[in-house]
Amino acid sequence: MGAAQLPSTEFEDTDVGGALIEGIAPVDNLVQLLGPDGKLRHDEKFSPYLARLTPEKLRSFYSDMATVRRFDQEATALQRQGELALWVPLTGQEAAQIGSGQATEPQDYIFPTYREHGVALTRGVDLSQLLKLFRGISNAGWNPKDTNFHLYSLVLAVQTLHAVGYAMGIQRDQATDAAMKPAAVVAYFGDGASSEGDVHESMVFAASYQAPVVFFCQNNHWAISVPFEVQSRIPLVNRASGYGFPGIRVDGNDVLAVHAVSQWALDHARSGHGPVLIEAFTYRLGAHTTADDPTKYRLAAEEEKWRAKDPLVRLEKYLRAENLADDAFFSSVKDDGDELAAYVRKTTLAMTVPDIRSSFANVYAQAHPLVAEELAWFENYAASFAETGTGSAAGNETGAP
Amino acid sequence: MSALNTFNLPDVGEGLTEAEIVSWKVKLGDVVAINDVLVEIETAKSIVELPSPYAGIVAQLLVDEGQTVDVGTAIIRIGSEADASAAPVGGPVSAHSSEPSAAAAVEGHRPLVGSGPRADAVKRRPRRTSTAVPPSPVPPSPVPPSPVTPLSERATEAPAARVLAKPPVRKAAKDLGINLSDVSPTGLRGEITKKDLLSYQDQRTAEQDGAGTFWQSAPERGPDAAADQRISRIQVKGVRKATAKAMVLSAFSAPHVSIFVDVDASRTMEFVKRLKTSRDFEGIKVSPLLILSKAVIWAAARNPSVNATWTGDEIIVKHFMNLGIAAATPRGLMVPNIKDAQDLSLKELAVALNDLASTARAGKTQPAQMAGGSLTITNIGALGIDTGTPIINPGEVAIVAFGTVKLKPWVLDGEVIPRWITTLGGSFDHRVVDGDLSARFMADVASIMEEPALLLE
Repeated sequence: MGAAQLPSTEFEDTDVGGALIEGIAPVDNLVQLLGPDGKLRHDEKFSPYLARLTPEKLRSFYSDMATVRRFDQEATALQRQGELALWVPLTGQEAAQIGSGQATEPQDYIFPTYREHGVALTRGVDLSQLLKLFRGISNAGWNPKDTNFHLYSLVLAVQTLHAVGYAMGIQRDQATDAAMKPAAVVAYFGDGASSEGDVHESMVFAASYQAPVVFFCQNNHWAISVPFEVQSRIPLVNRASGYGFPGIRVDGNDVLAVHAVSQWALDHARSGHGPVLIEAFTYRLGAHTTADDPTKYRLAAEEEKWRAKDPLVRLEKYLRAENLADDAFFSSVKDDGDELAAYVRKTTLAMTVPDIRSSFANVYAQAHPLVAEELAWFENYAASFAETGTGSAAGNETGAP
Repeated sequence: MSALNTFNLPDVGEGLTEAEIVSWKVKLGDVVAINDVLVEIETAKSIVELPSPYAGIVAQLLVDEGQTVDVGTAIIRIGSEADASAAPVGGPVSAHSSEPSAAAAVEGHRPLVGSGPRADAVKRRPRRTSTAVPPSPVPPSPVPPSPVTPLSERATEAPAARVLAKPPVRKAAKDLGINLSDVSPTGLRGEITKKDLLSYQDQRTAEQDGAGTFWQSAPERGPDAAADQRISRIQVKGVRKATAKAMVLSAFSAPHVSIFVDVDASRTMEFVKRLKTSRDFEGIKVSPLLILSKAVIWAAARNPSVNATWTGDEIIVKHFMNLGIAAATPRGLMVPNIKDAQDLSLKELAVALNDLASTARAGKTQPAQMAGGSLTITNIGALGIDTGTPIINPGEVAIVAFGTVKLKPWVLDGEVIPRWITTLGGSFDHRVVDGDLSARFMADVASIMEEPALLLE
C-alpha cells in the first residue's frame, strides 16, 4: 500500500495547513478526526477507530496532554532557576506524543529523541527521572528494560538506526519463539533529523528486511532555526513510497487522529507487513531548547496561527460538547499537574550526584581487568587531591558524572 | 541570622557567562511564590524571564536595571514571610558578611548552574570535600560580587596594571592585530568592551576606508567649510605641532648630509635567531634592532663626534649614550631614549628596548624619557621601507635609519646567492660630522651588522 492509496480527508488544506509554507506541495492526504473547532471529521478508514475509544480513554488523552504540558513548564522554570543545564520544551506537540504513545503496547519498544516527554509519560516513566539527564548527573534516569522506553538520544537521528536494528532483532526472536507476543518498534524523530543520513539508512534497512518498525516523525516545522521548506521540497511523508512502505500524514495536533493512525501502523508492523512512516504535522510552540530564542527567526503571527490549533483546547471543546468531562474533571487535572510539578521540583532538588564508581561498574556486564585498573588509577588520583586539600568548599571528584 | 534565600544569576543558555538585568518585575516587600517571574534578563542569546525559585518576601534587589553581571552573581534575596519584617531591606549589602548566612539557608543545596566557577576561571579544583555535596559545590568566584557599589566608586577600583577584557574581546583584538593596551576602556570595571575595540578599529581604519570616497568630497570642518567643500582643515596642535617645530629647527639650522650603505645582515639574523632560542633570553623579544643598537653604541665610541651637540660656539661630546628610538605612537611621533645605554648588557638593552616600545605604543611615554637624547635610530624597516634621509633629532648630530631586512641576491665569492640584506641610512650635521667621519661611523655600524661577533672584541 503506497501513500497515494491511503484515504484522503475531505477537508480543505487551510483547515490544518494554515501555516503551510509556500513552495511545498499541499497537504492532500492529511488524516484529521478532530478539527481545531472541537468537532469530529469523518475519515473512511480511521473514523472507525474512534468507536473503540471509551470515555475514560478520551479523558486520559486530555489528562496526559495537560500533565506533560504542566511538567514541561516546571522543567523550563527549573532550568531558568539554574537547576537544569538545559531543557527541551515540547509544548504544542502533546497530541502527537500522547496519541502515538498511548497506541503502543507494553511489549513494543520505543526509541525517543530528547523531546519525547509525553511518550515517556504514556510508558509509565517517572517524569522526574527524565531530569537527571538534563541536570547532568546521569546519562539517563530510568532503566529502559522496565518500560521499553529507550534512553534519550542527543545525537540527532542516531536512534532510528538503533530502532531498525532492534526491530530486526524482534523478527529473529519471533522466528525462534512462536509464542512471543507480536511486537513493534517506534522510532521517533523530527523534521530536522529527516535530513540526516542515518534516517535514510535506517529506512533502507527497514524496507529491505520488512522490519516491524514505525517511523514516527513529528514535523514541528523548525529544525532549530531552519524552516521545514529548507529540509524538503516535498511532503516528508512522500519519501516513504520511495523506500517502498506506506506513509501517512496526520494532523499532529489531533490526538484522536494520531492515536488511530498509530494503532493502524503498529498493527501493520506487528503483523509482519513491514515498516510505516507517520508524519505528524505539528508545531513547536516554544523554543527549540532553553538556549534558543525563536523570536529571532520566526514571526509571532506564525505562532498565533498554531496556537489556534492547540491540541488541548480542541479536545477540551469536544469532551465538554459531548458531556464526557465536566469542570470537576478539568480542575482535578490541573491540581494533579500542580502536584506532579511540586513532586518533580522536590525530587530534582534532592537529586544527589552519583558515585563515579557506578560509571566504572556499568561499562561491562561483568568485572573487567582494564576497568578495574582504570578505577584504581582514578582513586589514586582523587586521593592525591585529598592530601593537599583544605576540604572546605569544593571538589566533586568522586561525584562528577 | 536570617532565612534569606539568595538567587544567583544562572546560566540560562548553555555556556553564557553574563547577562544584563533588563527590568525587575518585583519590588522590595513583594510576596512571591515559586515560579513567579522576578526579573527579565538579556543574555547574548535571548531575553529571558527568570521565575522565582523561592517563595517569600523580596528582601533585597542586588543589581540595578541596566547592569550586566556575571553568571553566579547574587541578584536577589528572598526571605521567608515570617522573617520578612526582620530582614534588612534595601541598601548595599556586603557580599562577604551576608554570604555565609545565605549559604546556611540553602545548605546542602546549590543550583546546578550559576554557582560554579566562572567560565574563564583557570583555577584548578584544588581539593575535595569529605562529603560530596550535590550537585556542584565549587569554590566561590575569586571576585566577591559587589553589584551595589556605585559606578564612580567602581571605576576608581579598576586595576591599572593589567588590561581587562573578556576572552571574546581578546580574541577579536588578536584577530584584528590590535594591542589591547592601546585601547581606551569604558567598561564598568575598567575593562575594554567589544565596542571600545571596534571604535578603536574604526578610527584606525577610517582613513583607509575613506579612500574610495576621498576625492569626492571633504568632510565639513569649521564654519567656512561651505566655502570650499574640497579641502579639509586639521588644527595643528600637540605632538604634531611639536614635531613640526623640531623638524624645521633641525632641517634649517643643521646642514644635513645623508649617506647609505647596503649590508649583508645574514649573521645578524642568525645571531638573533640564536638569542631567541637561548634560555637567557627566554621571554624577551629579540629583533635585529637590538644588534643595530649595540652596533651604534659600539661605533659611537670609536667615532665620538657623532655623539655630540652643536651649541654654536662649542661642540659638546658626550661620554654617555642616551640612545633615542623614534616611535610611532597613538599620539604621534615620539623619540624616547634609553639612558646610559652604553652601560647595558645585550640582555639589559633588549629589555630596555621592549619597555621603551611598549610604553610608547601605549601612549604613556613621559617627557623625561624623551629629554637628553644623544643619538637616534629610526626603525623605518619595521614599515617595510628600504631606507630614507632621516632628519636629525634637535640637539643631536646624527641619526641612523634602519631599513627593512630581506632576502636579496648578493654576490659572495663571485657567486650570486640569497642573503639577508639591509640598507643603513645616516643623516649627520655637517657642522660637526664631516664626510669621512660619517663614513667611518657608518662603516663601523655596518661591520657589526655583518659580523656581530666583533662586539666581543
